[in-house]
Amino acid sequence: MSLPGIATLDVTENTMILNMGPQHPSTHGVLRLLLEIDGETVVRMVPDIGYLHTGIEKTCEAKFYQQVVVLTDRIDYLCPMTNNLCYVLAVEKLLGMEIPPRAQWMRVMLNELTRIASHLVWLGTHALDIGAMTVFLYCFREREEILRIFEMVSGQRMMTSYFRVGGLALDAPLGFFEKVKKFVDIFPSRVDEYEGLLTGNRIWIERLKGVGHLSAEDAIALGMTGPALRASGVDWDLRRDMPYTGYENFKFKVPVSQDGDVWARYVGRVRELRESIGIVKQALEGMPEGRIKADAPKVVLPDREKMKTQMEALIYHFKIVTEGFTVPAGEVYQAIESPRGEMGYYIMSDGTAKPYRVHMRSPSYANLQALNKMCEGRLIADVVAAIGSIDIVLGEIDR
Amino acid sequence: MPLSPAVTDLAQLKDRPAVARLMAWKSEAVQGAKFDRDELSIYVERDLTREACGLLQSDAATKFNFLSDITCVDLYPSEPRFEICYHLLSHTRKERVRLKVKLAGDDPSVESITPVWPGANFFEREIFDLFGIRFLNHPNLHRILMPDDWEGYPLRKDYPVEGYR
Repeated sequence: MSLPGIATLDVTENTMILNMGPQHPSTHGVLRLLLEIDGETVVRMVPDIGYLHTGIEKTCEAKFYQQVVVLTDRIDYLCPMTNNLCYVLAVEKLLGMEIPPRAQWMRVMLNELTRIASHLVWLGTHALDIGAMTVFLYCFREREEILRIFEMVSGQRMMTSYFRVGGLALDAPLGFFEKVKKFVDIFPSRVDEYEGLLTGNRIWIERLKGVGHLSAEDAIALGMTGPALRASGVDWDLRRDMPYTGYENFKFKVPVSQDGDVWARYVGRVRELRESIGIVKQALEGMPEGRIKADAPKVVLPDREKMKTQMEALIYHFKIVTEGFTVPAGEVYQAIESPRGEMGYYIMSDGTAKPYRVHMRSPSYANLQALNKMCEGRLIADVVAAIGSIDIVLGEIDR
Repeated sequence: MPLSPAVTDLAQLKDRPAVARLMAWKSEAVQGAKFDRDELSIYVERDLTREACGLLQSDAATKFNFLSDITCVDLYPSEPRFEICYHLLSHTRKERVRLKVKLAGDDPSVESITPVWPGANFFEREIFDLFGIRFLNHPNLHRILMPDDWEGYPLRKDYPVEGYR
């Protein structure tokens, strides 16, 4: 059988093609999978993507550097802060800029909260796919708390755009740290609740153990990163191994498993939830005082107060807003550990106020390639578990 | 960290493991190198790209076992027009290197590196889709993000931001 215009598979006598998605509830967005099946067994799988392609990379080339921050949220709507961070780090590297400690610690804290929020969506929907509906409600209860924290600090629940080249948009408002503290105190017991619903659950174990196996060699060859790579036995976390934005000041464990199945990915992410809340706690306790923006008047917008009293500040503000700021020519690749794996920004500057080229290396895009390997020879029902376990976000795949 | 000027002199960079290994293998494989903002870029001869990747992946001195990313830059209207960037990562040595390959505008094609890293598959398809670069011996070189019947290559610099109307 061959359909013109779409990814196709040739089938043998004993097999047939099953079309899964793009509106299938377990595909987390608009992912279409073409499954070649022999009875209930998957022989081959071809993912068909591009339904959410919006050409963000092209749009970036037409925007000023500071305008691109807003676009980066839209790539991965489950972890906006991570994308903001990766982008601003790349531009700061191009500029050779120092960031004040307070801004760095705030960035770490908010990033770990983002990781928790993202993992909660994953846990809730993954469980929902497999048939455990209650967990979803529990997870979204805590996610809502985190979104309220984001709203408090940035004014937005999801598309935060809170990080700026050179620091943060604003300092934390009054009562912010108390709110985070309250969340940190309560969250570990909430993770116990999720685990109480799932970890010892016989059905959950049966559906996850031994399913979607991926060896360490395959994971590396296929470009797998993040929790799914660590579940295959590769001890690699960019936060620890190639620290950025001050992660070297924090103590945390990197959960690694040798099993390489869906179960190992589940256990790893749940342990990451606990490690992340530990990092948030450390950041709260050691939060330095001081500025939240770098001292670079040509790049960083001046404070509101200064603009009203100083001519210079007003001129810089006008210049940055209308003409942008120029970035010395060159190219950088900045990678950070997003909840899904290695998020990388490749930015090339030609010395003007607009980036010459922005490329996003999104973890889900690479991780999706491993799906075929996980599902070959397995049952169709296991495909749903495997998709959930690699935690893809289609906005990030298609960009 | 204030910016220091980029080092582009190959003689100063020849002691870096990746440069040294490639130079020892075939000196014509390395067309140039650049060390800028703590990142090493090596310009590699187009026809030797796949072998160079294979060498850096397996060699004990370099061990760039992981392919992070492949992307492309269109330098229109200058020639050679395209630059493909391969970002390699070594898990054991905690180091990155960028291999760059220059491609002419009239025949933008390069050997696929899917035999070295199967994970290059999607990245190369994306570049084919958005830049129109052909990867020779690629297992499935079709458009991946755009519709199959799309005309033009959106990320090329001569393609308007708002598309053809």
